[in-house]
Amino acid sequence: MSNKSKYVIIGNGTATVGAVEGIRSVDKNSKITVISKESYKAYCRPLISYFLEGKTNPSKMLYRNEDFYEQNNCTLLLGETAESLDSDSKTVTLKNGDKICYEKLLIASGSSPFIPKFEGIDCVPQYFNFMTLDDAYALEKAVTPQSRVLIAGAGLIGLKCAEGLAKRAGSITIFDLAPKVLSSILDNDSSEIVAKHLENNSIKLLLGDTAVKFDKNKAVMKSGAEIEFDVLVLAVGVKPNTDIFKKAGGQCERGIDVDSSMRTSLPDIFASGDCTESFDISSENVKIMALMPNAYMQGKCAGINMADGESDFSNAIPMNSIGLFGMHIMSAGSYIGDEETVKSKNGIKRFYIKDGLLKGFIIINDTERAGIYTSMIRNKMPIDCVDFDALKQTPTLYSFGKDYCKSKLGGVV
Amino acid sequence: MKRVFVNEEHCIGCHLCEYNCAFANSGLNDMAKLKGKEIFPRIRVEGDDKITFAVSCRHCTDPICIKSCISGALSRNSEGTVEIDRNKCVGCQTCILVCPYGAIRQNGDGAILKCELCLKNDCNEPACVTGCPNRAIVYEER
Ligand SMILES: Cc1cc2nc3c(=O)[nH]c(=O)nc-3n(C[C@H](O)[C@H](O)[C@H](O)COP(=O)(O)OP(=O)(O)OC[C@H]3O[C@@H](n4cnc5c(N)ncnc54)[C@H](O)[C@@H]3O)c2cc1C
Ligand code: SF4
Ligand code: SF4
Repeated sequence: MSNKSKYVIIGNGTATVGAVEGIRSVDKNSKITVISKESYKAYCRPLISYFLEGKTNPSKMLYRNEDFYEQNNCTLLLGETAESLDSDSKTVTLKNGDKICYEKLLIASGSSPFIPKFEGIDCVPQYFNFMTLDDAYALEKAVTPQSRVLIAGAGLIGLKCAEGLAKRAGSITIFDLAPKVLSSILDNDSSEIVAKHLENNSIKLLLGDTAVKFDKNKAVMKSGAEIEFDVLVLAVGVKPNTDIFKKAGGQCERGIDVDSSMRTSLPDIFASGDCTESFDISSENVKIMALMPNAYMQGKCAGINMADGESDFSNAIPMNSIGLFGMHIMSAGSYIGDEETVKSKNGIKRFYIKDGLLKGFIIINDTERAGIYTSMIRNKMPIDCVDFDALKQTPTLYSFGKDYCKSKLGGVV
Repeated sequence: MKRVFVNEEHCIGCHLCEYNCAFANSGLNDMAKLKGKEIFPRIRVEGDDKITFAVSCRHCTDPICIKSCISGALSRNSEGTVEIDRNKCVGCQTCILVCPYGAIRQNGDGAILKCELCLKNDCNEPACVTGCPNRAIVYEER
């Protein structure tokens, strides 16, 4: 079967919803076809841990209203996988053999769990990833109050998985080759605070250690330790889904290369979200920023441009806020330049300043009004225009002076 | 759409708007019952001993909070008001991380709190505006 659709989107996550909203802000009518490997309407991926905790349910986890696709006149192909792409004939071929012709294509295929080649992993009776709602359903089934859970990876996903399972499992142990938790977003001090907090919540941590071998329900560690477990979760990292694009001859490093309009190297093909890498204005480097706000903003920008509107997403930075057992951890931008630290009874704020600009921060617990800091990074507001000594203690708009306040509070922004 | 705007020359720093906001959204029938409780108003007064002004959600035309929310709990209604579905929100604070005006806050670990222009309570217009003694905050089209 061959089909025509002005817009075709591969993937059905956050970036896709952004793109549909972007397209429809310009073009109300032309056909949009969304190809979705997962058999669900777009749901909030980060909520799979909250689901295991019993704090949300699949209907509340939908990213948009139930009728989002009908309202936006989208044809949603659930449970279908795009297998290949021909950019000359502008055709996407599905696994089932169907072909769809596009005028504009968006690749929003997200990322997949990276599975390290542990010796003996194939003989482990129960191992899981933690990326999809189906993974969460599978863990919900597998984990009992007796289960000894072993999680490989103390990054965002591994820790959220631990929190999700904490009340369901008998015990939880996490190991990571890195000597600290959340090693990609925290410095040593703040990482230690988080590690202590996890241990206070009965999570066992084995840091700077990794499995050299699995023997059914036993992990043999580099340190020599042996850990018996019932359920293993692999959360060591994710890799962008770039295969289709790469095979079509598109330019790709670790992620698909996009410019600030979300165009790729191939004509009329755009990409957004976890499958891409793009320019981070805080470090001035190209990076993978596999986070939800970025996915939405890239998707929306792509959508507008696909519909021949004009949009430019040129102030991306990595930024993330996570809760873990009641502790709030925020990170934004890059940790370069001079450090300034503010400690309080319950928390810590650490700022990074370079060339007169706020470049990044880490905050544990003292998160009130933190967006004021984030906006300084994204908008490259010079530090010397504000009373930063006051601001780093307490973020206020007042610190930005009268004119700023007048324009923001007295007019439409 | 109508929004809340600040006339900072008129603000006397009395903090009444904070109490009126907390009361309007408390479900209580008597403001006196707030006495002694920590309040979490969705508007707050900033400044020094000379200049003061009240800050609440700007109901931005292109709201970064909605784009960033990890649960789809924030949205714009047909008028443009930025609303929170407290039933969906998981309290992750991503919106607090991105709001450039510091207009979102959280009470404990629950759903976040933000100004919804008193559309979901019994007040006909924002309670902060109604109660301001000096028209230092107004509710109008600009
Ligand atoms: C447990 C967990 C917690 C997280 N917590 C946070 C958080 O707190 N904050 C935050 O900012 N981010 C968080 N993230 C990251 C966030 O979920 C992602 O950045 C975001 O979902 C990326 O959106 P996307 O649209 O690019 O990709 P995805 O949401 O992954 O969507 C891509 C979709 O494309 C489908 N697909 C792939 N290939 C094909 C194909 N060939 N054909 C058809 N369909 C295909 C995939 O199956 C998938 O459904 C978390 C992630 C996980 C797993
Ligand atoms: S909460 Fe902040 S970002 Fe969201 S609409 Fe209000 S002022 Fe704008
Ligand atoms: S705290 Fe609630 S509203 Fe804010 S980003 Fe998280 S889920 Fe969304």
